[in-house]
Amino acid sequence: MTVPATKKDFMIVNMGPHHPSMHGVLRLIVTLDGEDVIDCEPILGYLHRGMEKIAENRTIIQYLPYVTRWDYLATMFTEAITVNAPEQLENVQVPKRASYIRVIMLELSRIASHLLWLGPFMADIGAQTPFFYIFRERELIYDLFEAATGMRMMHNYFRIGGVAADLPYGWIDKCLDFCDYFLTGIVEYQKLITRNPIFLERVEGVGIIGVEEAINWGLSGPMLRASGTQWDLRKIDNYECYNEFDWEVQWQKEGDSLARYLVRIGEMRESIKIIQQALEGIPGGPYENLEVRRFDRAKNSEWNDFEYRFIKEKEENRGSVEFQVLSFTNKIRRLTSHLELHKRDFLSQRGLQKILRKRQRLLAYLSKKNRARYKKLIDQLDIREPKNR
Amino acid sequence: MIIDTTEVQTINSFSISESLKEVYGLIWIFVPILTLILGITIGVLVIVWLEREISAAIQQRIGPEYAGPLGILQALADGTKLLFKEDLLPSRGDVRLFSIGPSIVVISILLSYLVIPFGYRLILADLSIGVFLWVAISSIAPIGLLMSGYGSNNKYSFSGGLRAAAQSISYEIPLTLCVLSISLLSNSSSTVDIVEAQSKYGFWGWNLWRQPIGFIVFIISSLAECERLPFDLPEAEEELVAGYQTEYSGIRFGLFYLASYLNLLASSLFVTVLYLGGWNLSIPYISIPELFGIKKIAGVFGMTIGIFITLVKAYLFLFISITTRWTLPRMRMDQLLNLGWKFLLPISLGNLLLTTSSQLVSL
Repeated sequence: MTVPATKKDFMIVNMGPHHPSMHGVLRLIVTLDGEDVIDCEPILGYLHRGMEKIAENRTIIQYLPYVTRWDYLATMFTEAITVNAPEQLENVQVPKRASYIRVIMLELSRIASHLLWLGPFMADIGAQTPFFYIFRERELIYDLFEAATGMRMMHNYFRIGGVAADLPYGWIDKCLDFCDYFLTGIVEYQKLITRNPIFLERVEGVGIIGVEEAINWGLSGPMLRASGTQWDLRKIDNYECYNEFDWEVQWQKEGDSLARYLVRIGEMRESIKIIQQALEGIPGGPYENLEVRRFDRAKNSEWNDFEYRFIKEKEENRGSVEFQVLSFTNKIRRLTSHLELHKRDFLSQRGLQKILRKRQRLLAYLSKKNRARYKKLIDQLDIREPKNR
Repeated sequence: MIIDTTEVQTINSFSISESLKEVYGLIWIFVPILTLILGITIGVLVIVWLEREISAAIQQRIGPEYAGPLGILQALADGTKLLFKEDLLPSRGDVRLFSIGPSIVVISILLSYLVIPFGYRLILADLSIGVFLWVAISSIAPIGLLMSGYGSNNKYSFSGGLRAAAQSISYEIPLTLCVLSISLLSNSSSTVDIVEAQSKYGFWGWNLWRQPIGFIVFIISSLAECERLPFDLPEAEEELVAGYQTEYSGIRFGLFYLASYLNLLASSLFVTVLYLGGWNLSIPYISIPELFGIKKIAGVFGMTIGIFITLVKAYLFLFISITTRWTLPRMRMDQLLNLGWKFLLPISLGNLLLTTSSQLVSL
């Protein structure tokens, strides 16, 4: 018997960090035996951007634009965790309206993220058309975000103590329209995809992750819920105001790719339910807790009470020196309390110094013009006399 | 006095007018060939435009709109761009195999246009083996794909070439068996005879009604032969970059592109010839002369109507295949081969058995 002339070796193929499979930059070293994949070694790290090092030199407010860019698909979640941590540590009250707005934005982000999962998922399997459909819906979400936050994707919206700006007038109606439209969109996806036999053959029974394995690997989110664990952080750790809404945790038992697909499609539906309930029940009120408790107590701490109201003069003589000094003093007080909290906000400090100089010039003029009014004013407003006069 | 005609002819052949007639006869062979090549090239341009417009409509966007009115000249623009690109050769690949690969694919598909009839006498070569010429010559295409894949010195291309060859070979057999059933029904393999056999009852005489299972098997197999979705694993973009076409650039890539659409056009024309009645206007009991008050069908008018009808019927299959491409996901390689060998092959064999037994019974 002759020895066969060809040796049977495995073929090692490198699917390099750049490839047209829309997974972003992921490098896989795949060992193939003919057509079967025997071993796959992923090499990660191509998306490392030095975020931790950057965070060493920034305050929380300065760092918030960076956190949006951690996960550029579901942008509000990263802001939520960055802002929730100081709030819980310092026991900051978030107004109810801000909490509802946050929930709506988070659920819209969740829908956007799941939509952008669905497109490349179908494109990997070979159907390139759903990729266009999801961007059609995602553009609607971008429009909603742009109206509320000013940016389509990398909104710098959450603040410690609330959100940066209130929802514009008419936003709630637009969002309700979007919810109605999106439910028809999900029905379209179900018809095209979920019962397609070619899709089911590709996806059913493929990539099974058992319950034990999922927990050992540290999976979370839809990957964990598709393997049979009913673990949803929104129900377990009651953050924001999720416990006020009526919704179900989506989970499946099998742990294959089809289960993960069904979990995400179900989650999109539940998100729409949550958004609709939140939009209908959103209360009025402030959208940001401006007077957050500071980390160290300094004097004049009654400025930081939740109900503190600034001095308000009757608007009779708007051009008078008293009135101008009064409005400057209001601004100075607001800015000082803001700057106690945000020590690195250098530009605002410069503005404060400009206002201080303006007030000083006005007071100097008044002290030369009419000493009595000057004395009365500085007594009333509790301003210190400069030493060299 | 007996005039020896052969001697007269030999003497006459030396005169100038006779040699002119021979030259004229030689040139006249090339005119139909060139007309057909021009026709199918324009056909390919039209199909490219159609694919882009239909896919754009499915994906809710507009197709090409800047090159020419409604973007008709877009395919020409793309082809011209490909002509001007640099001709890259892989440095350690096999240059001869690399260069000849695409040419073999294109040549084998072009040759199969010899036997497609556009009218009663509008066929380049009315061979008695007709349809089998197509089946046989299109089997040479996998050789070209293997050569391209191997000569590229690239593991992705190699995998793609192997997959393409395996897929082509698997789906040829159900294709051939369906064609065999049709030939049984029409008692001949010549394409003209097949169309003529469907012309008796107009719409109801189509082979589509006599061979419904065969029609479906033939459509699936020809989609697989053309390597279009849902069977386009050899050039699956997300998995193999571009399969056997990865290392190709410029006009060599243009040849692959051209071959893909030529194959699609040939398949659609064969579907019309074999199953949808060819060039006959298939409204039963109406014939064109009475409709238009013309005495004879022959002549330019009849031929034009024949060509037009063939193209309209071919367009139906084209539309179905383009819509299928952009709607369905892709099958995995082992599922694809399973479908070919374990599902379509027994069904087409069963179809053949049914056809044969019905022929025997009706005799």
